[in-house]
Amino acid sequence: MNRSDLEALAQRELQRQQAFRCRILCCASTPCLSSGATAVYDAINAAIKEGELDAEVQAVSTGCMGPCSRGPMVTVQVKDEGEFIYEHVSPEVGRQLVTYHARSAASPAEELPEPLRTRLLPSDMPFFAKQKKVVLSNSGLIDPERLEDYVARGGYAALAHALREMTPEEVCREIINSGLRGRGGAGYPTGLKWDMVRKARGDKKYVIANGDEGDPGAYMDRTLMESDPHRVLEGMAIAGYAVGADQGYIYVRGEYPIAAKRLERAIRTAERRGLLGSRILDSNFNFRIDVRIGAGAFVCGEETALMASIMGRRGQPTPRPPYPAQSGLWGKPTLINNVETFGNIAPIIQNGAEWFASIGTAKSKGTKIFALAGKVATTGLIEVPMGITLREIVYDIGGGIPNDLAFKAAQTGGPSGGCIPAQYLDTPVDYESLKALGSIMGSGGLIIMDEHSCMVDVAKFFMEFCMDESCGKCVPCRVGTVQMHRLLERITDGSATLQDLETLKELCVMVKETSLCGLGQSAPNPVLSTIQYFLDEYEAHIRERRCPAGVCTLEKTPVTEWVHA
Amino acid sequence: MSVVTLTINDELVSAQEGQTLLSVLQERGIEVPTLCHLDGLSERGGCRLCMVEMEGTGRLQAACVTQVQEGMVVHTHSERLVKYRRMILELLFSERNHVCAVCVMNGHCELQWEAAQIGMDHVRYEYLNPDLPMDASHERFVIDHNRCILCTRCVRVCDEIEGAHVWDVMGRGVNSRVIADLNQPWGTSQSCTSCGKCVQVCPTGALFSKGATVAEMEKQHNFLRWILDGREKKIWSYENGK
Ligand SMILES: Cc1cc2nc3c(=O)[nH]c(=O)nc-3n(C[C@H](O)[C@H](O)[C@H](O)COP(=O)(O)O)c2cc1C
Ligand code: SF4
Ligand code: SF4
Ligand code: SF4
Ligand code: SF4
Ligand code: FES
Ligand code: FES
Repeated sequence: MNRSDLEALAQRELQRQQAFRCRILCCASTPCLSSGATAVYDAINAAIKEGELDAEVQAVSTGCMGPCSRGPMVTVQVKDEGEFIYEHVSPEVGRQLVTYHARSAASPAEELPEPLRTRLLPSDMPFFAKQKKVVLSNSGLIDPERLEDYVARGGYAALAHALREMTPEEVCREIINSGLRGRGGAGYPTGLKWDMVRKARGDKKYVIANGDEGDPGAYMDRTLMESDPHRVLEGMAIAGYAVGADQGYIYVRGEYPIAAKRLERAIRTAERRGLLGSRILDSNFNFRIDVRIGAGAFVCGEETALMASIMGRRGQPTPRPPYPAQSGLWGKPTLINNVETFGNIAPIIQNGAEWFASIGTAKSKGTKIFALAGKVATTGLIEVPMGITLREIVYDIGGGIPNDLAFKAAQTGGPSGGCIPAQYLDTPVDYESLKALGSIMGSGGLIIMDEHSCMVDVAKFFMEFCMDESCGKCVPCRVGTVQMHRLLERITDGSATLQDLETLKELCVMVKETSLCGLGQSAPNPVLSTIQYFLDEYEAHIRERRCPAGVCTLEKTPVTEWVHA
Repeated sequence: MSVVTLTINDELVSAQEGQTLLSVLQERGIEVPTLCHLDGLSERGGCRLCMVEMEGTGRLQAACVTQVQEGMVVHTHSERLVKYRRMILELLFSERNHVCAVCVMNGHCELQWEAAQIGMDHVRYEYLNPDLPMDASHERFVIDHNRCILCTRCVRVCDEIEGAHVWDVMGRGVNSRVIADLNQPWGTSQSCTSCGKCVQVCPTGALFSKGATVAEMEKQHNFLRWILDGREKKIWSYENGK
């Protein structure tokens, strides 16, 4: 396949889609699947068949549309009428959608027949209006299992452009100029990393996409891989061209079978069409991609542990330097980026670095995907421009806190991050501002908490996670996390003294400064940040043996008390 | 090989490029505690006792896995470092069941010695008191998991020097455990040559010879140097080396 074949393929597919009067997009991403999306899709297809509507109506199984807690989600696109987005669609409602939209022009929203009316989401809903979709621009609109769908929306055009019009150095320069920073957590400038690997000397180089995503509750990367797998592959191929690699690996967490399956399938179709593999798009560039499945250890998301795992070794971090860019997989220069980072590449190459750099703040460019969870009316997957305030995310996109309760804190960065209290709701969400508040951007976990959340309990939850996930290689993290967890348990069960709080603080700082890898170095963050903003809650547990949020049952007493009694 | 100059504890020091910081410290007689490092084995960087302060970055770095660099400014015994080393030792003592008074290595143990050096006289953390077994199935040696600090010296010596790779680590975090072959009794291991190298390099009372009783076990690991120097100089018998 060459460039004009690619354009012809896109044209053919567009014409095919435009032949339908009505396209019914059914979400088939994990959250919706678990609320019964398969049955809905089947019912819609059956209704099309029964009504002999095959020529007019097309049912498409797509990726995530965003408001996952309202699933199964269905979007109906009607020619000349626009889009209708429905929530909580049952198989029965699905059938009615077909019969209603296939024939007559839809009446105004408020006059829709029941049960469609109550399930229709308002077209100006802030949940959608305040988002900006760059990485997720295809998610929920295309069938992730069809290469044609991706190509029809401009897929692989960026790769074709890079291969024909740009030198590897120019590609790196473009990414540097865009200001893109790594979305895996640390925010390292992506272009600089690429340029380092490009300049590194080596007969063989590798590209790795990190899709391990171990943060509890986060599912940005899973959604991207499930909803638009070709976008990740295209980003990796462009990276391979830019750094001079001919082999890529995409490391997918073992708990993500659908993502792995869709990626495998996408790789095979792209190879068959000459978009991956040998002589890509009739150029001299060769690039193979293989999927590697993780076994579900959080630490295997850390880059050196991930590479050990790919090489078949025990997934344990090794000290850096040497950095992967110098000596990575099998000692060769290796580029490793998060899958969302790769998801940004094609749009940057297609629309230019300036376009990308115009989104976001001075030092944080582009958009960020968050898995919005916790106490907001609509939870789900959102993509927002960098610099949006937390208030806009919570109150506009999330629809505010249910039951008229007050916002208490937002947790970002999962077990490596921290809690941001209400007085900072107007902080812009970017790498620097979150760091200044003692939290981190992280990979995109965002949990909203109301007055009924106990901050000590939250800190304990994340510490338990780190304790369970510590690989055990270094002492401060292996034993320190257990001891910090014990101290937090004492605080929440009523047996702690003020001395224990001091011991906890001291341990936090020591573990942070002496641990070998990022897991241990950031494990104390949730504790440190809750102590910083909610010290009164810690003290209420210890001095008054009372949990202000009413979560902990403080039934024990400090040892010292019964010794003295 | 080129020479680099660095500053250690306010003194200018020259070293060979490619040397680890720890080897420079040891050459100059600056004592930093180490437990996972052992001359002759690959580095692990796991015990974190050898951490030193780097001026400029403000970050701590493990000396055993840090290469010397021109212009490095290093402090090895700041108040913070000594405090952290003590805390790490306390964590190690809290992790498993160390009862020195009844231990075969009492008086010769590296963990005990480091604790004494730093003046660690009590442990402020809760003892985890894990329920761990002792494996005496090997005809000559015993492994007592109650005393193991997971330094993996045994794993490395058996793999890198003896070439048998009997030992490895199973599980993660505080549940990590050193295992023989496929997690079977050591005595049933088909790959163990009974060379005893792992016993000699183990810093604690976790690996010891059968028959040793309280405070009787002493270990020798200079054999590692003999083997490595011998290999390098192609000296194949002990007499020739003299
Ligand atoms: C304990 C730990 C877990 C990590 N997990 C992930 C992960 O699941 N996904 C990811 O992309 N990066 C993860 N990282 C960060 C990676 O080490 C690495 O920095 C990242 O993949 C680089 O990609 P980026 O520059 O595109 O962000 C983790 C780091 C640590 C310390
Ligand atoms: S910090 Fe924790 S996860 Fe990282 S190497 Fe040390 S023990 Fe393993
Ligand atoms: S191994 Fe060392 S520290 Fe542990 S009990 Fe024996 S002598 Fe004491
Ligand atoms: S005795 Fe020798 S071969 Fe056996 S486990 Fe120890 S080092 Fe390995
Ligand atoms: S058995 Fe000894 S050498 Fe092996 S890990 Fe445990 S303490 Fe270290
Ligand atoms: S999974 Fe269906 S909307 Fe997110
Ligand atoms: S001796 Fe350096 S970390 Fe153990």
